[in-house]
Amino acid sequence: MSRPKKDDQNRMQIKKTEIQDTFAEAFEMWGARVIITADTKQWARAAAASMTGFATSVIRCKLEAAVESEIPEEDTPDGRPGISVLLFTMSQKTIAGQLIDRIGQCVMTCPTTACFNGLESEKSVSVGGKLRYFGDGHQISKLIDGIRSWRIPVMEGEFLIDDKFGIQPAIGGGNLIIFGPRKSTTLRASVAAANAMREVAGVFLPFPQGLVRSGSKVGAKYKGLIASTNDAYCPTLRAVSNNSVVPENVEAVYEIVVDGLSEEAIKESMRRGMRAAAEKGATMITAGNYGGNLGKFHFHLHEIANGKSK
Amino acid sequence: MSVTHLKLYTKPEVPLEAEMISPTVFASLSQSGIEHLNVMHGNVKCNLGDFFKVTGKGAAEIHVEGDLSGVKLIGAGMSEGKLIVDGDVGMHLGAGMSGGEIEVMGSAGDWVGPEMSGGRITIKKNAGHMVGSAFRGQSTGITGGEIYIHGNAKNEIGSAMRRGLIVVGGDAGDFTGVNMLAGSIIVLGELGIRTGAGMKRGTIVSLQDAPILPSFEYSCTYHPLFLRLYFRKLRENGFRRKIQDKHLNGKFKRYCGDGIELNRGEILLFER
Repeated sequence: MSRPKKDDQNRMQIKKTEIQDTFAEAFEMWGARVIITADTKQWARAAAASMTGFATSVIRCKLEAAVESEIPEEDTPDGRPGISVLLFTMSQKTIAGQLIDRIGQCVMTCPTTACFNGLESEKSVSVGGKLRYFGDGHQISKLIDGIRSWRIPVMEGEFLIDDKFGIQPAIGGGNLIIFGPRKSTTLRASVAAANAMREVAGVFLPFPQGLVRSGSKVGAKYKGLIASTNDAYCPTLRAVSNNSVVPENVEAVYEIVVDGLSEEAIKESMRRGMRAAAEKGATMITAGNYGGNLGKFHFHLHEIANGKSK
Repeated sequence: MSVTHLKLYTKPEVPLEAEMISPTVFASLSQSGIEHLNVMHGNVKCNLGDFFKVTGKGAAEIHVEGDLSGVKLIGAGMSEGKLIVDGDVGMHLGAGMSGGEIEVMGSAGDWVGPEMSGGRITIKKNAGHMVGSAFRGQSTGITGGEIYIHGNAKNEIGSAMRRGLIVVGGDAGDFTGVNMLAGSIIVLGELGIRTGAGMKRGTIVSLQDAPILPSFEYSCTYHPLFLRLYFRKLRENGFRRKIQDKHLNGKFKRYCGDGIELNRGEILLFER
């Protein structure tokens, strides 16, 4: 693995990729981890895909969610193939409603599935305890090793779900912005970065395959629009945007957003992402921020690439 | 870890009531204090030291050795610690216990864990009647905790139980789960007759076929997923040989009842 190098002007490179001396600005969120199991991996994936649909950004989706990892059957509560899903919202108040809606509409409806809490935390919210009313009085609770779960009768048999799901403070908005000489090269480097970032436990990448091509800035020339295209990063606007940061030899730019349950997990994910993108020929890597005035968490690329933490 | 050893050297001629053999009681006592605890030998007040040789100190764990089939109420009211009996025990083991763990290497008499609310009791051999039951005249049996009988148990297991888990590795007698309010009873062997009579809610499971009361009605044959959670837990608690993959993945016949009560209880019988 290539180590980052710095010259005397504080410019950093990993292989031939320039790592800009900047930081990703991230925000406080609230997170939950849901374990979905099913008779087969395919059904667990189907439920997870449905549950994490339209969950890319809190800007319009109200939450961010994605698959964290697949879980081998020996490690799931019921011994069946499983998938871990992370789901974050901007406030503690809204997370229970999102869990109830998404599990109720996307997991309970999916054949053969069951749903378990995957986060041990001091705080928890009632999810199965609310969805049980779908059983219309025929639901049955079981208390196994101190964990209450509900058996809700459905047309296939029963839907099994934990009564409570743990929630904890989380972080949303870690990011890398990857530049490349051609679209194909940039895409390849960004996909490699996303794949490497996803391997870290406790993080997820909420956008399609982890990538965003329509990175946004705050506000717009149009009244009422809270976000608009990030013209500084659009290669087509290099000649007309006053604040373009796209070098002449760059054809495409992708952003990878990473949310996580801890700062350490996000840092490790970003570190792996930078290295993987550099291995695949990215020209430059930077990160998005708002001048440090909005988000509580600042992930500095040079420190992360060097393996240091602030 | 602090361990106190008790060795029975005088076998009681009539039942000995020894509810003070409990980590909860021993916690604050010296060895001499333990020897001078009062026990009832029939209607005669005696000292624990008259029957048991006491060694060691502390109460995190108590080891009792000998044929205690005439000793009643061991571990009654226990709330913490561990009690291991290397031999048989008499009636009312762990009566009303709320926490901790009792392990009996031999068999137990009637009324194992009556009205317990927490903790765990394990009997490596057989148990008598009324395991995990309500006392006569009471409307509610155990309200929590777990009882594992590795051998057979007799009649009225889990009578009027409201919560908790009772597992019988062998056969059960008649009236298993009679007047049950909720909770789970799992019998890996045969059930006797009149299972679940008068049950309101709750679950009775057997890996064998069983006679079903006419006040129960067959619903369907299906795979109850929640049983996998119980069965995986039981495999980790010494029942691995008896719970095979076919049980873990198999189907069960579901009977709902008791129709003369709420009709919200269920009997699940493994489909062979």
